[in-house]
Amino acid sequence: MEIIQIVILGLIASILYIILKDVNKAFAFFLILITGIIIFLMVIRQITVIFQLIESLGEKANVNGMYMTTILKIIGIAYIAELGANLTKDAGLNSVATKIELAGKIFILLLAIPIITAVIEAIISFIPSA
Amino acid sequence: MAIDASILFQIAGIGIIVALIHTILKQMGKEEIAQFATLVGFIIVMVIVINELSDLFQQIKSVFLFQG
Repeated sequence: MEIIQIVILGLIASILYIILKDVNKAFAFFLILITGIIIFLMVIRQITVIFQLIESLGEKANVNGMYMTTILKIIGIAYIAELGANLTKDAGLNSVATKIELAGKIFILLLAIPIITAVIEAIISFIPSA
Repeated sequence: MAIDASILFQIAGIGIIVALIHTILKQMGKEEIAQFATLVGFIIVMVIVINELSDLFQQIKSVFLFQG
């Protein structure tokens, strides 16, 4: 059971953090960072399997490959932005965390531009030109 | 697939030991050396963390963004 391992890892990290934060703040922050990295690395291997499933489903449904890569990129940006924002929030930099989230949203929108234009063109082609 | 939790204990241990050294050196009246010891410990932990972080970013790149 991987989830039990992750939960126990989180508990150990919390205990070490409580000990360490009174002694040395900087090391406590590194502890949080490394915990996040380890859990993320564990999860990312499972995500690979899920993505292979999504890819094969998309190929069977004849979905344009460009759309699939766009979606995967968007999910990746969301994950990274979330990680960075949470870490900066833990370090006490709420304003920077908000900016990171903003940047994530902007880049997601930027990646979605081709899809949005495709949708709008489809809608326009439905409208009968008088 | 086992978690590599030893790195967690490594960092916590380095942190506690460095804090101990800092306190002892401060008690002995060697303020500058205490600061220097803290700095060295900080750099060691930073190297560990940055290695792990680059590993994570490589994984994310290869899984999500397909750029190798």
